[in-house]
Amino acid sequence: MSKKTNQEKGEPLLGGSRRDFLKQSSLLSAMALTPGPVIKAAEEQWDEKIADVFEKVQVNLEVNGVMHSVKVEPRVTLLDLLREELNLTGSKKGCDRGQCGACTVHVNGVRINSCLSLAVTNTGKKITTIEGLATNDQLHPMQEAFIKHDGFQCGYCTSGQIMSAVALVKEGRTQSREQISEFMSGNICRCGAYSNIVKAIQEVKNSQL
Amino acid sequence: MKHDMIGDPLNRVDGRLKVTGGATYSGEYKIPGLTYGVLVPATITSGTLVSMDTKAAERAPGVLAVITPFNAPKVPGFQPGAAKPVKGLKLFNDDQVHFNGQPIALVVAETFERATYAASLVKATYKAAPFETDFHKNFDKGVVPNEGKYKDYVRGEADAYKNAPVIVEQDYMLPSEMHNPMELHVTIAFWDGDDKVTLYTKSQGVIGSQRAIAGAFGLDPANVQINSRFVGGAFGSSLRTWPHEFAAVQAAKLVKRPVKLTLTREQMFTLVGYRPLTIQKIGLGAAADGKLVGITHESHSQTAVYEEFTENAVNVSRFLYASPNANTRYKVVPLNVGVPAPMRGPGEATGSFALESALDELSYKLKLDPIELRLRNYTYTDPERNLPWSSKFLKECYQQGSERIGWDKRPAEPGTLRDGEWMVGYGIGCGAFGAYRSKTSAKIKLLPDGTVNIQSATSDIGPGTATSMTLIAADTLGIPADKITFELGNSSFPVAPTQGGSQTCSSVGSAVHDVCVALKQKLNSLAGLPTDSTAAIDYSSILQKLNLPVLELTQDSQAGDEAKNYSMYSFSAHFAQVYVHPLTGVVKVKKLVAVVDGGKIVNRKTASSQMIGGAVGGLGMVLTEEAVFDDRYGRYVNGNFADYHVPVNADVPDIEAIFIDKPDPIINPVGSKGLGEISLIGVAAAVANAVYNATGKRIRELPITPDKILTTT
Ligand code: FES
Ligand code: FES
Repeated sequence: MSKKTNQEKGEPLLGGSRRDFLKQSSLLSAMALTPGPVIKAAEEQWDEKIADVFEKVQVNLEVNGVMHSVKVEPRVTLLDLLREELNLTGSKKGCDRGQCGACTVHVNGVRINSCLSLAVTNTGKKITTIEGLATNDQLHPMQEAFIKHDGFQCGYCTSGQIMSAVALVKEGRTQSREQISEFMSGNICRCGAYSNIVKAIQEVKNSQL
Repeated sequence: MKHDMIGDPLNRVDGRLKVTGGATYSGEYKIPGLTYGVLVPATITSGTLVSMDTKAAERAPGVLAVITPFNAPKVPGFQPGAAKPVKGLKLFNDDQVHFNGQPIALVVAETFERATYAASLVKATYKAAPFETDFHKNFDKGVVPNEGKYKDYVRGEADAYKNAPVIVEQDYMLPSEMHNPMELHVTIAFWDGDDKVTLYTKSQGVIGSQRAIAGAFGLDPANVQINSRFVGGAFGSSLRTWPHEFAAVQAAKLVKRPVKLTLTREQMFTLVGYRPLTIQKIGLGAAADGKLVGITHESHSQTAVYEEFTENAVNVSRFLYASPNANTRYKVVPLNVGVPAPMRGPGEATGSFALESALDELSYKLKLDPIELRLRNYTYTDPERNLPWSSKFLKECYQQGSERIGWDKRPAEPGTLRDGEWMVGYGIGCGAFGAYRSKTSAKIKLLPDGTVNIQSATSDIGPGTATSMTLIAADTLGIPADKITFELGNSSFPVAPTQGGSQTCSSVGSAVHDVCVALKQKLNSLAGLPTDSTAAIDYSSILQKLNLPVLELTQDSQAGDEAKNYSMYSFSAHFAQVYVHPLTGVVKVKKLVAVVDGGKIVNRKTASSQMIGGAVGGLGMVLTEEAVFDDRYGRYVNGNFADYHVPVNADVPDIEAIFIDKPDPIINPVGSKGLGEISLIGVAAAVANAVYNATGKRIRELPITPDKILTTT
């Protein structure tokens, strides 16, 4: 595809993509007198409609038991799909680089950093986010334990910590304090709630024996 | 006041929201028509923007505007002679570049992805100028800050330590450290007409943000609505209104739609402050019995060429220990870097690392136990101001902490205790932080069902403000905590100070206490009782009887002249037990005990968490954190979480928080002095001193990484 290259080069009119053409023709039609943003806002809908057909990809995925059928650009991450499109903001963005764990969700039962996963690659998959952990009004035991042991302060890392913690217990990686700490080290907590997080996980693990 | 409930461990009142993903942080509000802003950084470190090519960006799909210094609408507060001039960097106001990464454009588009892509298409031509980012090379260009309180301080004779029988004279270095709250800095802004604007922004003080935005855009503060209900950590990075926040407001005005501007993690290394690189020189002189003869404390720290940043790095040496002679010097070195900001424990943590390390060195020279040395120089009054302390239980901190850490196992001779192949050592580090109280107002509403709602424009960046305020209200009113709701983070609530300087409990807690007392008095008089009657009140029946739909009161609360007559500080003593591996140089902190005299503890549960969190911050400061600069280009090389190491779970041992928990009789009606800063101040020295005790290696440049252990002799 030459689209990116053309845009980067800023090549005029017909050298550009479909949408360059639209944008430029709108500029021309307004004889370049109206301020750019106004024209663009007016023309945007056309822009979007065409993009919908040509540049967006259909994704069908199940999030917390609900099926979603959405069209997204291929470059949209699962995290941004959840937060910006589906309004499920419980999964947090702390780095967007797979370095902090704030965006941890379960995909088909496996924990991943959702900022490192493109939305389109999740078609047909079952996603669980922090919003899907409680059943009706009943908190998941890990959520209860986090409250009881004060496993958070600002709360921004908490969704990711809890999603990782739930997976850890399932994976059986809670055999010792050291093992818990090691396997929870992909989830940064700048407030420093680590020792309380470990206590919460130990409690849940012990209650399942 | 009686303390029936205060001190009880109460679960966070917003805990359920935080564990279910239901807590909504500033960037998470769904505003119809939301657009996305992405900043474009300068790629030179000093110089002038000659021209910019934004055509490709403007033509990119979904782009609504590209704002640059060449087309940006003028912001009134950015102009010379403005009524309320904005201080610091003014984005897109001129063509000057002061540091690498300074934003030179803002792209606004329909989606985050489109804005990000279009931002990559913006091209700039510069006329580069020579720049200075090397702190060490420019050390001699340090200047005494303009503000009077940073002038040289002398008590008795300057540099008297030089003539004492036993002397320590050393330099201590602390690299720049980033606040790195987990939440990315973010602002959503939208206008209603030309004179009203609403922001959802990451802020430690909604009233401060309101005044800043109103001042910059020439608006009536009443027309500026700031919301910051949940804040994903800040540690000082949201004490002020930053350039990108003004930019979001400016952009929203231009595109006439809501704009959300989120900084990237990398941008947060230059645009929202940091603890500045600092070199301190400590001179200590003592008599053979350990009594200090003189203390000299000098500090140089970096600041920005475009704005001066200062903090209290040297102050601790004026008052923490009795010494007839003490003097301090403080200078800042302007460089082509982003401006620093107070970071948890701010200058006091920096200063305490140097002073408490030097004191440890002195103890070995004198062959005195470090605690004994501190006791011999203990002071029962403030030697700097010649005033009594409002309260001080530092001795009790020494005693309780030394018991809990097992100080009796500390070897007097460094490098002599082993556990298997590990070398073992113990250390202490102390600190003090001013206890403040600012004028605060709170509004209370009593409803006929007996429930109470209290509002104040304070914040919660993590300590659990609403939870402690609920406890104070429950205690003062004598009703269960679950009948009370406390709301914050909204600039239309009664005025409260910014959450900084450990003063929320003291200031807002006092206002909550006072408004509850006022409500009780009002109810007494409605019930025909004397206003100060302590008879139990049935809150639900009074309103019903009087047929009132609601009873509402607003109360101001402020300090008298206590601060003129007393010196008010929180004090801490931190204790560390460390294991150091002789072959790999790895330092493992096995145990940390944090003992604090912070006055009355309101909620033992959240207070313990706050102490533990501060200690973890201190661990990062001493062992892992360092923002590494490449002076060839004027850029950080580790602007991300993979390369800038904040402590992770496996770095952190169980930490024990101990409170002296004696109410301060002077500072406020609650008796609370504050914990946020003191929880961190002293931790770095405790660990560094323990490393010396374990190995006999004194590392004066933080962080203490394995390579330094291995190469220090
Ligand atoms: S946001 Fe995904 S790991 Fe940080
Ligand atoms: S609770 Fe604030 S980052 Fe973990």
